[in-house]
Amino acid sequence: MSKTLDKKHPNNSHQEEVNYITVDYTMKSWFITKDHKRIGMLYLATVLVFFFVGSVAAGFVRFELTSPTGQILESETFNRMFTAHGVVMIFFFLLIAIPAVLGNFFLPLMLGARDLAFPKLNLLSYYLYLGGGLFGVVALVSGGVDTGWTFYTPLSSMYSNSQVVLTITAAFITGFSSIATAVNFIVTIHKMRAPGLTWFRLPLFVWAHYATSIIILLGTPVVAITLALVAVERLFHIGVFSPEYGGDPVLFQHMFWFYSHPAVYIMILPAMGVVSEIIACFARNRVFGYEFIAASSLAIGGLGFLVWGHHMFASGESYFQAAFFSLMTSLVAIPSAIKVFNWAATLYKGMIYLTTPMAYAIGFLGLFVIGGLTGLYCSNLGVDVHLTGTYFIVAHFHYVMVGGTIMALLAGIHFWWPKMTGRMYPEIWGKIGMLVIFSGFHMTFMPQFILGFLGMPRRYHYYHFAPEFQAYNVFSTAGAGVLAIGFMIPVVYLLLSLKHGAKAPANPWNAKGLEWEKTDRVPITHNFREIPVVTEEAYNYSIDDEPPIEAKYTKFGAVMEEKS
Amino acid sequence: MALEATHGNQMNPQKVYEQFEDIDQQNESYLVGMWSFLITEIMFFGVLIFCYTLYRWQYQPSFYAMSKLLDMKMGTINTIILLTSSFTMVLAVHYAQIQRRAAQLYALLFTILCAFGFLIVKYFEYSHKFHVNLFPNPTFVWPALDNPALTASVPEPVAKMFFSLYFAMTGLHGIHVVVGILLLGALSYLVWKKSTLVEDFMVTEMIGLYWHFVDLVWIFLFPLFYLMPK
Ligand SMILES: [Cu+2]
Repeated sequence: MSKTLDKKHPNNSHQEEVNYITVDYTMKSWFITKDHKRIGMLYLATVLVFFFVGSVAAGFVRFELTSPTGQILESETFNRMFTAHGVVMIFFFLLIAIPAVLGNFFLPLMLGARDLAFPKLNLLSYYLYLGGGLFGVVALVSGGVDTGWTFYTPLSSMYSNSQVVLTITAAFITGFSSIATAVNFIVTIHKMRAPGLTWFRLPLFVWAHYATSIIILLGTPVVAITLALVAVERLFHIGVFSPEYGGDPVLFQHMFWFYSHPAVYIMILPAMGVVSEIIACFARNRVFGYEFIAASSLAIGGLGFLVWGHHMFASGESYFQAAFFSLMTSLVAIPSAIKVFNWAATLYKGMIYLTTPMAYAIGFLGLFVIGGLTGLYCSNLGVDVHLTGTYFIVAHFHYVMVGGTIMALLAGIHFWWPKMTGRMYPEIWGKIGMLVIFSGFHMTFMPQFILGFLGMPRRYHYYHFAPEFQAYNVFSTAGAGVLAIGFMIPVVYLLLSLKHGAKAPANPWNAKGLEWEKTDRVPITHNFREIPVVTEEAYNYSIDDEPPIEAKYTKFGAVMEEKS
Repeated sequence: MALEATHGNQMNPQKVYEQFEDIDQQNESYLVGMWSFLITEIMFFGVLIFCYTLYRWQYQPSFYAMSKLLDMKMGTINTIILLTSSFTMVLAVHYAQIQRRAAQLYALLFTILCAFGFLIVKYFEYSHKFHVNLFPNPTFVWPALDNPALTASVPEPVAKMFFSLYFAMTGLHGIHVVVGILLLGALSYLVWKKSTLVEDFMVTEMIGLYWHFVDLVWIFLFPLFYLMPK
């Protein structure tokens, strides 16, 4: 312990400020770091690699669908492509992205803690994630999987002739990484809040991560063991779901969705947390109905465990079950709507600054409302029988999970980038990027709503039975191209900003919160020079607060005059 | 009970890691963390018990007949072994709290011995099942070789389902016992080497929690499989 402490003050420091980045530049110091901020950055880099892999697979799928009879891939390969897209994006990107990157980085900062409760466990969780990811990549290059990311039995357990076991191992290991992170978050939130930081003074970001961690603790083991049962059936013929043994393959679906529906909330709740922070900051207004937003996070987490059956409306449920799950699913709309209305009310009579993070946060609202409302169609029994298994569902969950999570991830990264790296990015490029991504997203997925409503089934390679679908598919693929360009834009300017970006002041947005007000420009290894004492409620904004940094100071190379 | 030693005791000069304010906060964090982890463990086994419940509900008469194929004697011996090990684990935590290192080490070693004993009995049980071709893979022979009369009425698929559940659940429990042996072994080594990591009783306490959980799972599995009512 003390050995690492000694290294912290390198003698060669030429009046360079000491922070968590400059404290040690060696590669080794990054790979064995116990600093939650560095681990967050490692996660960020890794998560983006997987996002790229998943996007390439999506690109193949979209390209194939530009023709009713496919383009270049065999149908077998097409199945492996959409499975790769789903598995990589869900298990290695969406479930991880916001909690492990932004949560890891900012939870201790917001709580006024020097680190997460268990830094070594945190590092272990990163390596578990990396290990799981490598298993996934090995599974991909050694042939891939063709079951879809849902691994339905008996296809996955008996008939599929692909790398099911390897992929399941990958998901299983990644699950343990999530569990480790969730345990860390729960302990840190319970036990390491700064003096004066009561539960109802916590930023909503923290509440959201608390609810998320509970879902991870309760849900992840279920899917882990369910998938493991598929693997042992393939390996040892221990067949709990096997119809040959009098088992019920639909039981797999029940257990799989018991986790995988709440998994959507693992993706979207942290996103909502991010958006709450940003909207309050750039509306210069207290979050309207703070307690309701906090409680609705928990309510969504709780209700989320009672809706899984809506995935089986068309696979042999009793009327009673179906009605129950339909009702419960519709109820999720209530806490979700509470959040949306409260955000809208927060904007009302606020002093709104349309910065890049704010633009993304508003974009999140746009996508989430469309995703949420179309979700209500799907929760309706009669309508769902028509829509289930079509592109309508595909579009719906992309709007919710992908639109929601990615917009919020980008919002969060843009909001906290000055704190994470000490650099500004050019405001103008930020907004251009946001507009391209936002419109690319609608171009990609709007046509899929129509396709699904017209009856195009998901996961089909050919649609020569209905060539009129081609126009929509081509449009959707073009949208995916726009989206790809859109994602390039922030990657380029954010990377450039590391070298050329204007030096960010400690609190460029004049935001509230411990992470902005009580830390250095870039936080030091143990975050705070002394543990802060909290004396006020969260989001103590007023419309007379200083405005955020002016756009001219965010250009590359801009220098801001010191205001002491 | 003259058990004075709790956290923060002067007798326990323990390292406080830099993210914590004091030893109390650290120890409480460990406990909250351990219990959170145990919740995930409960969900792990809960899923399997849920599957078991569904199928037993569906196939109760057959499951009852199948349960007679399990060796009640060995199951009982294993239950006694694990209960004993839980007791010695309690002793180990107690001796850790009052700083009696040698006694703690002996209690830990005895716990490990019990764990091995459990695995040895389990090994004989499993190998007997393989021997009479009751492992549910293509070598499965039905009706059961060692009791055809009892099992003649049980359809073969259900017999395979019973043994699938049996091997999945006791197998997962067995893996937990192996992990327990590794943890207890590492702990004993640290205690023997007088490592500063285990100066405080907290590490012993947490591994103790884990070990009690493993025992508790067996306390559920034993009646579910061996003591089934008609
Ligand atoms: Cu769902």
